[in-house]
Amino acid sequence: MALTREEVENVAKLARLKFSEEEIEKFRTDLNRILDYINKLNELDTENIEPTSHVVEMKNVFREDRVEESLPIEDILMNAPEKKDRFFVVPRVIQES
Amino acid sequence: MDRIWALPIHELREKLRKKEISAKELTQIFLKRIEKYDEKISSYLTINENALKEAEEADSRIAGGEEGELLGIPLALKDIFLTKGLRTTCASKILENFIPPYDSTVVEKLKKEGYVLLGKLNLDEFAMGSSTENSAFGPTHNPWNLERAPGGSSGGSSAAMAARLAAGTLGTDTGGSIRQPAAFCGVVGLKPTYGRVTRYGIIAFASSLDQVGPITSDVEDAAILLKVIAGKDPKDSTSVDREVPDYPSLIKEKVEGLKIGLPEEYFGDGVDEEVLKRIEDAIKVLEKLGVQFKKISLPHTEYAIATYYIVAPAEASSNLARYDGIRYGLRVKGKDLIDTYFETRSKGFGAEVKRRIMLGTYALSSGYYDAYYLKALKVRTIIRNDFLEAFKEVDAIITPTTPTPAFKLGEKISDPLRMYLSDIFTVSVNLAGLPGISIPAGFTQNGLPVGMQIIGRPFDEVTIMRIGYNYQQETDWHRRIPSQFEED
Repeated sequence: MALTREEVENVAKLARLKFSEEEIEKFRTDLNRILDYINKLNELDTENIEPTSHVVEMKNVFREDRVEESLPIEDILMNAPEKKDRFFVVPRVIQES
Repeated sequence: MDRIWALPIHELREKLRKKEISAKELTQIFLKRIEKYDEKISSYLTINENALKEAEEADSRIAGGEEGELLGIPLALKDIFLTKGLRTTCASKILENFIPPYDSTVVEKLKKEGYVLLGKLNLDEFAMGSSTENSAFGPTHNPWNLERAPGGSSGGSSAAMAARLAAGTLGTDTGGSIRQPAAFCGVVGLKPTYGRVTRYGIIAFASSLDQVGPITSDVEDAAILLKVIAGKDPKDSTSVDREVPDYPSLIKEKVEGLKIGLPEEYFGDGVDEEVLKRIEDAIKVLEKLGVQFKKISLPHTEYAIATYYIVAPAEASSNLARYDGIRYGLRVKGKDLIDTYFETRSKGFGAEVKRRIMLGTYALSSGYYDAYYLKALKVRTIIRNDFLEAFKEVDAIITPTTPTPAFKLGEKISDPLRMYLSDIFTVSVNLAGLPGISIPAGFTQNGLPVGMQIIGRPFDEVTIMRIGYNYQQETDWHRRIPSQFEED
């Protein structure tokens, strides 16, 4: 089942990526070739196999809920593309009525 | 002092302790080499302007009688480790001007032991690639043959080590990114067991696979660096609370009586003849030392790349969601907030990173999760079980690190799947969470290095380094320096 153009466009939207017409076609070709290769996994019967999401067997790691020192606000804002006083400036989300 | 830059860390340490050379002089020697030689290979992205100052501090610590493990040793880091106050790009336009506000834990540990940071090294963007050609700032060249790729993603770290533009370097390995470039560049590259080294402050690619490790000229140096960086970190809950062995002394024990497995799937069709020949030679050297070899099978090897290219992109697509142009990094303004995300990410990421984000997003998307992601996690269990089964019979496994020696720059870049397949012998080790090391095992007739991979049981870095160390006492491949870089 090859990816259609619409599917590639939808995945791009989910991933917050924009592509030109040619790029979409290129990605469609690339992804289909890669997925075609990956479909080789279907040769294996995995009916009774547990998935491994992580190789280290550990349960939740808890710690005391204690306030520790944080990084200074000015250090954190140092890399902000846009800032004002102690805040990140973001494009307006709520429109004026 | 003659060719002091060619010495391994364990010998430089002695010279510094005996005050035969100062940390400042040693740092100056490496900075001069970088200035003279790096234009040939482009391994550095950023030079640390404070290197000499750090060296002076190390000198005063030495004068004060301190004994840090790395006091005054000039090292360089893959540009994926956060270094407070020093630009960290991950070879991406999206982080081109990013100045980290804190150090990764590994860097804190190196500082504590008194290292000197020379600079930050090139990689494939976000560590995604096998040649460094995916760097937004241009590729690194292989010091053994400038037309060839140094491997990737830690290509800058391996090339800088091979050309002796640092006394040692660190890289990261998600699917082979330390071992494959180490093999291509004729240096030692160790990927520790998942959980052995903290990932805090390392820019994330695929969090269940990423692991930090040393790239050095010999195995003893790898042991020294691993001892410094290993251990539990409260800031990385996946780092494991286990005693850190005294690697540098334990690796010197003899190898007589060890049993090593040779998996038939790694010695078959598609492996370069000369690579096979060099590995056979290496096996003979180890046989003389009393190692026993046994043919084994890792029957699901052929499914490793397919599994990896679901698991790694899935984790990457979620990790890279943070690059949205809001808190740090590039921001390209769009007509509204959502459009700013689209513009920023589309202009900031390169083609391979986008390809993997797309693949991962697709594999995790509604309706495909079970067919791809869950399926891959189950095959991951099968691949891991192959290894655990094999380790009931053998103490370690030896394979070629890569099926071929270094390929040419440009040779595979337009064919993603072919590029992916160049990691066929390294990805399984990440999926299974095992330690693996690549050791220089000679050269092809064209003068390209060949790497031997030794894979160990979980947390048994000692045995694989012990095999490598003993092998290096019998061979001198690791002392060879590419001819263009042999002058001071």
